[in-house]
Amino acid sequence: MERFLSPFLIGLIFGAGIAVSGMINPAKVLNFFDVAGTWDPSLAFVMGGALLVTFIGYRLVLKRPGPIFGGSFQLPTRKEIDRPLVVGSAIFGIGWGVAGFCPGASIPALGLFQPDAYVFVAAMIAGILIARAIRRSLDARRALQV
Amino acid sequence: MTEFTPLQSFAGGALIGLAAVLLMALHGRIAGLSGILTGILPPAASDWPWRASFLAGAVAAPILLALVWTPDFSSPTPRVWLIPGGLLVGIGIFFGSGCTSGHGVCGNARLSVRSITATLTFMATAGITVYLIRHVFGGF
Repeated sequence: MERFLSPFLIGLIFGAGIAVSGMINPAKVLNFFDVAGTWDPSLAFVMGGALLVTFIGYRLVLKRPGPIFGGSFQLPTRKEIDRPLVVGSAIFGIGWGVAGFCPGASIPALGLFQPDAYVFVAAMIAGILIARAIRRSLDARRALQV
Repeated sequence: MTEFTPLQSFAGGALIGLAAVLLMALHGRIAGLSGILTGILPPAASDWPWRASFLAGAVAAPILLALVWTPDFSSPTPRVWLIPGGLLVGIGIFFGSGCTSGHGVCGNARLSVRSITATLTFMATAGITVYLIRHVFGGF
């Protein structure tokens, strides 16, 4: 239940949200950024709906001692604004502006059986693996210097 | 052109938020797609089953919805450009520790300064990129 069915059903709700919101459609996402052209402000309403529910929901949930299926709430603890955060986010935005897919929209788009989504997701996974290899070699070099 | 859909988009966004709240309430996890996906790539994290199940649910959603409704889909970007686009997204979310769902929804809802910074950054560079492609280089 807590290992497979529950996360599957939550993923189903997430994917339905991406589909219903229109964010599964790269044309709609790219038009949000095209203020000077075929502007479609819908993405702002998606973020509005998602933030409203999450802002209120998290406040109720995080008052509880822990998650219903056990363990503890795993929340990021880092606070510092470092170079990887800013440079990485900048690179992500460039790729998002080129492709019109972000990770959360591209995964449900696989269920539409559109070849474009498969090309994007394959390239994105390659990018994650390349980044992981880069970080590993940077860490190894740093360890040698110390 | 795509049609402006404020109500439908707000409702879809609320579903995304509901998924984020349920994942925290039941499993104690942030609903960040970059993190969830990275954790199933080999060498996979030990907690890969919930991650793989969540992703399977996300893929299954439009398949089940297709029984009653199919969303609009069109990708203006030429297919070959999706390869550099995807590579940049993959590299960027890894070093930036998140994307539109993890930073944009979950992190901003927690008023995390890192997530607010990340969101402003990727929204800005995406906007500049689309402007350059469409209005300076006359591309897609």
